[in-house]
Amino acid sequence: MTRRAPYDGIVVTTPVSIPYVRFSTRGAHWWIGRALAALVRDSGLTKDRFDGVCATSMSLAPDTAVGIVQHHGLTPRWLDYIPMGGVTGVVAMRRAARAVQAGDADIVACVAGDTNHIDSFRQGLENFSQFGKDAVYPIGTGGPNASFAFLTDYYMRTYGARREDFGKMCVAQRENALAYPHALFKVPLTLDQYMSARPIAEPVHLFDCVMPCAGAEAYLVMREAEARDLGLSFGRILGTIERHNAYTDDPVQYRGGWAMDSGELYGMAGVSPDDIDFFETYDDYPVINMLQFEDLGFCAKGEAPDFVRGHSLTVDGSFPINTSGGQLSVGQAGGGGGFLGTVEAIRQVTGQALGTPVPDAKIGLVGGYGMISYDRGVCSAAAILAAGD
Amino acid sequence: MAKPLTKPKRKNPVLRTRAPMLPPAPRSRISLGLTSGAARGAFELQVCRDCGAVQYPPREACRECLSDRLDWTLQSGTGELVAHTTLRHAMENYFRERLPWRLGIVKLDGDGPHDAPSLIVHVHGDCAEPPARVRIRAMLDRAGQAVLLALPEKDTPHMSDDPQMRELTCDPKFRKVFVTDGKGPVGQAVVRAMIAAGSDLVWVGEAAPWKKIPGFEEIRALPEVTVVDLDVTNPDSVKRCAGQIGPKVDILVNTAEQHRAYSVGGRYGTENARAEMEINYFGLLRLAQEFGPVMMARGADTETNAVAWVNILSIFALANKPDQSTFSASKAAAHSLAQAMRAGMHRSGVRVINLYPGPLDVEWNQELRPPKVTPAALARSIVGALQGGAEDIYPGDVAKDWYERWRTDPKVLERELAHGE
Repeated sequence: MTRRAPYDGIVVTTPVSIPYVRFSTRGAHWWIGRALAALVRDSGLTKDRFDGVCATSMSLAPDTAVGIVQHHGLTPRWLDYIPMGGVTGVVAMRRAARAVQAGDADIVACVAGDTNHIDSFRQGLENFSQFGKDAVYPIGTGGPNASFAFLTDYYMRTYGARREDFGKMCVAQRENALAYPHALFKVPLTLDQYMSARPIAEPVHLFDCVMPCAGAEAYLVMREAEARDLGLSFGRILGTIERHNAYTDDPVQYRGGWAMDSGELYGMAGVSPDDIDFFETYDDYPVINMLQFEDLGFCAKGEAPDFVRGHSLTVDGSFPINTSGGQLSVGQAGGGGGFLGTVEAIRQVTGQALGTPVPDAKIGLVGGYGMISYDRGVCSAAAILAAGD
Repeated sequence: MAKPLTKPKRKNPVLRTRAPMLPPAPRSRISLGLTSGAARGAFELQVCRDCGAVQYPPREACRECLSDRLDWTLQSGTGELVAHTTLRHAMENYFRERLPWRLGIVKLDGDGPHDAPSLIVHVHGDCAEPPARVRIRAMLDRAGQAVLLALPEKDTPHMSDDPQMRELTCDPKFRKVFVTDGKGPVGQAVVRAMIAAGSDLVWVGEAAPWKKIPGFEEIRALPEVTVVDLDVTNPDSVKRCAGQIGPKVDILVNTAEQHRAYSVGGRYGTENARAEMEINYFGLLRLAQEFGPVMMARGADTETNAVAWVNILSIFALANKPDQSTFSASKAAAHSLAQAMRAGMHRSGVRVINLYPGPLDVEWNQELRPPKVTPAALARSIVGALQGGAEDIYPGDVAKDWYERWRTDPKVLERELAHGE
């Protein structure tokens, strides 16, 4: 394979989050509009400077990115729409970075925003994909709950993970969330509470599930020189990967596409897992954290339960994960869920954490995982970010 | 092991009759091929004609070689349950009212060149914890669409009493059955088969009380049987009968039939044809108008709800048998009406089951050579259909032979029949 060009001179900056709410009477354009306005406010740029837009939303239909630019009066020369759920934070970054690098755009606004009306989550499930509509929604799967129950059941049987191990991650993330102002869950969670929660789709219980909500996240991609001129703190993109529909012959998903590409990710970044100071996993159900620990090289396949047992996972711990609380504690704002980890990682490496900063955070890893269609998450992605200076 | 069903208590008349909720019915057009197979009781998946890969979920092109030559092909259905879950929460009311609900992933056995697909399926309560050997069946759900059910590798006691299985079947056990005409040999056989299958109350229609038919007094004497007056040619009679028992019928089996064996020119005039239409077509229409709505209202009425409407049509409904021309035409009319009944009754979860038997071994088929379907065999097919998950049944060798020919090319069959083949 051709050696991939590095993202030299390209930076990520201006992380913004619009505080989440469980239900919203606003439309998706409102949430996207607030995020764009926050980008304008925090960057000091006028919106006509955004000559590239990469957007995602799961509640914008019938509109797409075209509707976004018309609605908000943008006139970009580069426009991308990435309806890919949980990988969008990373995917938007890597596409925008290449566009800027090639000169197709100078400043790309990457934005994810979703509303959440009563029943919109169910409607979204009903119409999520053709395979979903034909082969899972009609048999009662309460959306992703059952799909992740299968993965969790299989993983527990095969590798000996226990509910306590998942609980440890959920409890640690909740502790992180207590310091993050926008988290929807602001009460401490104990392991006892986790263990005694009601079953949803066994072995998945209440606190294994993310809460659908409304919210928006965004950031900018531009040249380093531009960021310096504007006086913006920035992070560098050391490496990224993206993979879709990997390992289709695995009867149940026990590894993601990361396992195919993690060598390339670290190779491109010139770092190893030991260099990672914090990890924003895609945590839509805690079993996926374990898959990422393994597939992104922190331990071998099947060893994630032991890895979890051997580490403290809070912001101040030996292996900080989901430093803002992750989707499990902040909420899952549709496509915003795919951006949450990326935006938090940009904050951490630029010293702008809204919650607790990871001490001396230099290098962060972001995992993306998305689009549970039929029996598995189809998309995977990851990025390594580093502090700008 | 499934808990054996106990005889349900009498319904509390004060309680509201629950409205029938359905599992989600929308499917892509391509995936309706699965329903087409399940309607016949067959578990078929697309198999690529070019590379042999088995496909699931249904798709428009082969996942291995991108060929679009995907043929729906009968599957053995054996496989391994590799993961499972028990839902305690559901987004859709149909499932919400029926929790807990067991689902699983089954890796289908494969001997082809490519890996067999994983299937997400309903899981029978008697299937062991994963990993466990299972059999997959394609069945119609209450919305009339195909779903897959994993059954334990070997039958278990009372397995049809499993609540999830019972949602996919129309089992006569503890259900109240109405056999619209119990006097003929078919009606009598159906009554006995329903009782043997566990129905504890069978209403039996009698159109002409003065006719003494051999065997009927024995039927009348059975403890489960109540004889009711019903002449399907008489609108008042049908209305009276429906007023009397309509709100209690869980399964209606329409055995009323007029059958003569004449070619178009074999019997001058229309009297004979009119009599066949009067019972075989208009009789069905009258029954559908009087019994249909009240059965639909009871589509989810306790665990012994209204579940099925059974039509005994004929394989001659699909292609006219020239020496039984008017009978064939009346059955074709009934077949057409039954399609419309299905479209209406699906909304309530009541399944319209059509049987298309080959010639029955009855008086008016005297001159036909065997094989012929005995009334007892037809009755067994009806019970099998109710206990299974299908809606179109072709009992007997002639019916299966004709059906294959009809599916392959109805024109060829028509020409063969015209030449007496």
